[in-house]
This record gives sequence, structure tokens and C-alpha cells, in this order.
Amino acid sequence: MTAATKAIGDGMVNAKRNLIKIKRVPDLLVFSTLSPIMFVLLFAYVLGSGIKIPGTSYREFLMAGIFGQTVIFGATITGSGLAQDLQRGIVDRFRSLPMAQSAVLVGRTTSDLANNVIVIVVMSITGLIVGWRIRSSFGEALAGFALLLLFAYALSWAMAVIGLAVRSPEVFNNASFIAVFPLTFIANTFVLTSTLPGPLKVVAEWNPVSAVVQAARELFGNVPPGSPKPSALPLQHPVIATLAWCAVILAIFVPLAIRRYKKAVSR
Amino acid sequence: MEFAIEAEGLVKRYGSVRALDGLDLAVPEGTVMGLLGPNGAGKTTAVRIFTTLLEADAGRARVAGFDVKADARALRRVIGLSGQYAAVDEDLTGFENLDMVGRLYGLGRRSSRERARELLAQFDLAESGDRVVRGYSGGMRRRLDLAGALVARPRILFLDEPTTGLDPRGRLGMWDVIEELVAGGTTLLLTTQYLEEADRLADSIAVIDHGTVIARGTADELKSQVGGERIELRVDSASDLDRVRGLLSAVAAGEAMSDTRTRTLTVPVSGGSKTLIEALRMLDAEGIAVSDIGLRRPTLDDVFLSLTGHAAEEKKDDDEPAGARRGQGENAR
Repeated sequence: MTAATKAIGDGMVNAKRNLIKIKRVPDLLVFSTLSPIMFVLLFAYVLGSGIKIPGTSYREFLMAGIFGQTVIFGATITGSGLAQDLQRGIVDRFRSLPMAQSAVLVGRTTSDLANNVIVIVVMSITGLIVGWRIRSSFGEALAGFALLLLFAYALSWAMAVIGLAVRSPEVFNNASFIAVFPLTFIANTFVLTSTLPGPLKVVAEWNPVSAVVQAARELFGNVPPGSPKPSALPLQHPVIATLAWCAVILAIFVPLAIRRYKKAVSR
Repeated sequence: MEFAIEAEGLVKRYGSVRALDGLDLAVPEGTVMGLLGPNGAGKTTAVRIFTTLLEADAGRARVAGFDVKADARALRRVIGLSGQYAAVDEDLTGFENLDMVGRLYGLGRRSSRERARELLAQFDLAESGDRVVRGYSGGMRRRLDLAGALVARPRILFLDEPTTGLDPRGRLGMWDVIEELVAGGTTLLLTTQYLEEADRLADSIAVIDHGTVIARGTADELKSQVGGERIELRVDSASDLDRVRGLLSAVAAGEAMSDTRTRTLTVPVSGGSKTLIEALRMLDAEGIAVSDIGLRRPTLDDVFLSLTGHAAEEKKDDDEPAGARRGQGENAR
């Protein structure tokens, strides 16, 4: 067995462990799907009655944004899961085994990706019920979902670094909340960036979250024809921008996370 | 002689605290070494270096001939580790936990499952093997954790305080299990705070304090170093003390110590309960009334008092200096 197949095999053993946990402790999945449903309903009916998007309904505009926010929240599970493993001492066991050093991280990020797939399915159904429609081809829509998931997957490696650094799930949850909320709000997720005041507008336009949301919005066909072209470069080519962001995030955080993991000791 | 575990001058610093301060250790193959010391002595740090979880700042260590730094991967194949806290996944069943470990050791799907069932049976967990670990008792979790360390039939086993936190029954059960294991020839490094535990399980003992070995030997050697067994008695009247002292000098193995304030006398002896009976007969024949008498054996506290001049219970909580614990970030560790 080569090192690569051993690494993948070990990663899948770990992913299986996390998937069994989802099955056995379904609370996490239930709440990580309930909260986006709540967000869809709140934003669609509360903000939707106040915010006007020229050429389309707010609900149609909103969905790509909610998808973006939700998969990012899904990515944070990676961090709290690892922090919990550290706290409970099981990382010591793993690190004393002759397994690939990346396996715990690969397993964790993979099972969190699976979690995000389930969440996206539930959210899509909720969206369709409140009036969201995909106005593009099946292939384009699939590409939109794939981009959202890829972006969340890349971010989960960054979350892994934070989770291994803070070493307590409670601290991680507070820390990630502070990071994730501005990241998903100072963006085109819930409002048009053109309506934001000067500096916020610049931040929003170059925010990686805006790129992935814009890409999804375009691929779902939820950008009304005739709407003005965004002025910022990443939003003009959102698909390429998203792929570039994912590559950068992975290139930085995969080695960083593995390095952290190699030195992580419980308690 | 072939050493399964060898360490020379191991140093590990946490900030300004030296958790290990030049630790030397040599464990011959097929023997049981007890690393005995109080909390904070550096026992867990030593085990973590041997099992590749931590890197030493200085010194070298070899396990099964593999260098802990250079050959970490190969080393992990031949060792098993069971830590101070049962490192099992609460949301999986006992079987799933062991099967996962087997797969990660590189066992095939079938042999991993067979090994998991075999271990569950061996550790008296066959009936609860398909139940989620969350419902296990403390003793069951420890047994499962130990089973996890044995999945790949390791040549060298590390057990870090295997009975800390167990009730007396759980402790006895664990001792039986460990004795059975080492009967098969496994080399074992065991850390413990209990002299009794080291006494029962270990072939030789290294007493460790402030990150360095302060005494080595068999349990008997250590005990005799501490002063061995002694008779302690309290007389009704302090005026009897000198008489009793003179009387018992016939059975004493050393200088007796008396305390008139508490009316107690401590007499070092070597003959065990026989000597105690003899002493009682002598006192009875002389008609001297004693309110309390007994044979005392040295405890860990005695070992520590005698070897270090300070009590064993100096530090509480984790086996790490307080400044290096969670919350201080990784650099501090």
C-alpha cells in the first residue's frame, strides 16, 4: 500500500467515525439544518418586506446568500469537533497509532462536507417552498452547489487550525462566531454591495464570501437580466475568483493544520 | 542486555518549568517497569515522549530500538498506549472503537473485526460490545481503552496511571488484567502514584520527582531504603514508654522512636506479623496496657518523605506544571 492510499484509507476510517456520530447524536445535524430554515424564513419574510432588489424578488436574491452563510457555519463544525477530540484525549490515541498524520483532519473535513450536503438539500427544499426558483440549466445549478461546498471545504481547514489552537469547543464556538458573522454579513449575501457605504463596500466586494455567493447566484440564474455589472474584479468573474480563493485557502491552511495536529496533545 | 526502552538525559521544558530534568531510564525487554511519582513529577511527560506525542528538548530515547524522533512512524507500529484519561469515542460502541483502531493499525477489514470481538471477550466486554460507550462505567471504559492499546499485539505497552479514578473493585480487576498481559512477555512501562500498585505489578521501580529519577530498585529494595516495616503502638500511660522500649528492643531491627506527647512508640522490625505477635506476648506478660498497636508498611508518602524530604501530595491535578496547561497555547507546551 502506498503512502497516499494509506492516507486516504485512514482518512475514510476517521470520516466513518464522524458519520456514525451524526447518526447517533443527530442533534447537531437537526440544529444545523433548523437554523438555516429559520434564516430563510426570517430573511424572506422580515427583511424581504423591506429590501427591494431591482428586477427580481428578494427571496430569489436571498437564497444564494443564505446558502453561502450556512455552508460556512457548517465548516465551523470541523473546528469544534477537533477541539472536542483534543479535550477528550482521543487525539492522543490517534497520534500514537501508525496512521497517516493527515487522517484525522481529512476524515473530519470530509464528514463535515457530507453534513453540508445534507443541509443544502434541506435548505433547497425550504427555498423552493417559499418561492425560490433555479432559472438556469441543471448542470449550472449543480456547479453552483459544488462551488458552495468546495468553498466550505476549504474554509473547514482554516477552522481546523483554530480548533486545534484553542483546544476547547466552547472557546472555539465563541471565536468562530466573531469571525464568521462579519465575514458573512459584510458581503453581498443579504444586500446589494452597491448599497453599502464606502469602506464597507470595498470590503464586501473583495470578501471571498461575496465571490462564492455571486458565483452561486449567477449559476442558479438568480441575477436578473439587465442588472448592472459589478464594478469589482472578483465579482465580475466570480467562478474563477472562488476557485482561486479556495486554492489559496487550502494552500495555506492544509499544511498549517497538519503541522498543528502533529504537535497537538490533550490537556 | 537488550533494552526495550532506553532514555538518556531527557529534558522537557514548559516555559521556565522543567517537567523533565535529565531523565535516564532503561527497561529490559519482557519486564515491567513502574514509574512511581506524585502528580507533576513528569511521569506523563516521559510517557508522551516515548510514545512520540511530545518531542524532548534535549536527550535521546529509543523504544524497541527505534529513535523516538527519527523513527517515529516505525515505532508507533510496535507500541500500545493507554493514557490517564480513557481515550475512547463516547458516541461509538465498544466494538466500533476497537474496529476503528484496528483499521488504523493497518489490519484488514475482516481481521480487524475478528480482533475487536476477541478483545471484547478477553476484557469481559462481549455483552456490552454493541452498546454505545456513553453508557459504560469508568472501569469498562478503562478496559476498553486498554483493549484499544492491545489491538496490534504490541511488543511494548505504555500504561499511564491505569487505575487512577477507579474504585477499589475496578482497580483489582485492572490489576488482574495487566498481570495476565505481562505474563505473555510484553514489556510494560507503567506510571502510578500508588506504591502498592507498583509493588504488585512491577519487576523494578523508578521513583521520579521533579523530572528526574531519584531512586531505583525492586519494591522490596525501596521499602527497606525507606525503613521497611515497623510496629507502631500507643501506651495508656506515658511513663510506660521507656519500659516498653527496652522490652521490645529484643525484636527491634533498628533504633525505636518514642513520642511522650502522643504516648506512641515506633519500632522498626523485619519479621512481619510473627514479630507483632511476639511483641504482644511480651507486653501481655508484663501486664502493660496498650490502646493501639499495629504493623505498618511504608506508603508512597513514606517513600517520598524519606527520599525527597517533602510529601507526595505536593501538587494536585494534572501531571504537568500548572503554567503549561491548556489555555496557554501551544508554544508553552
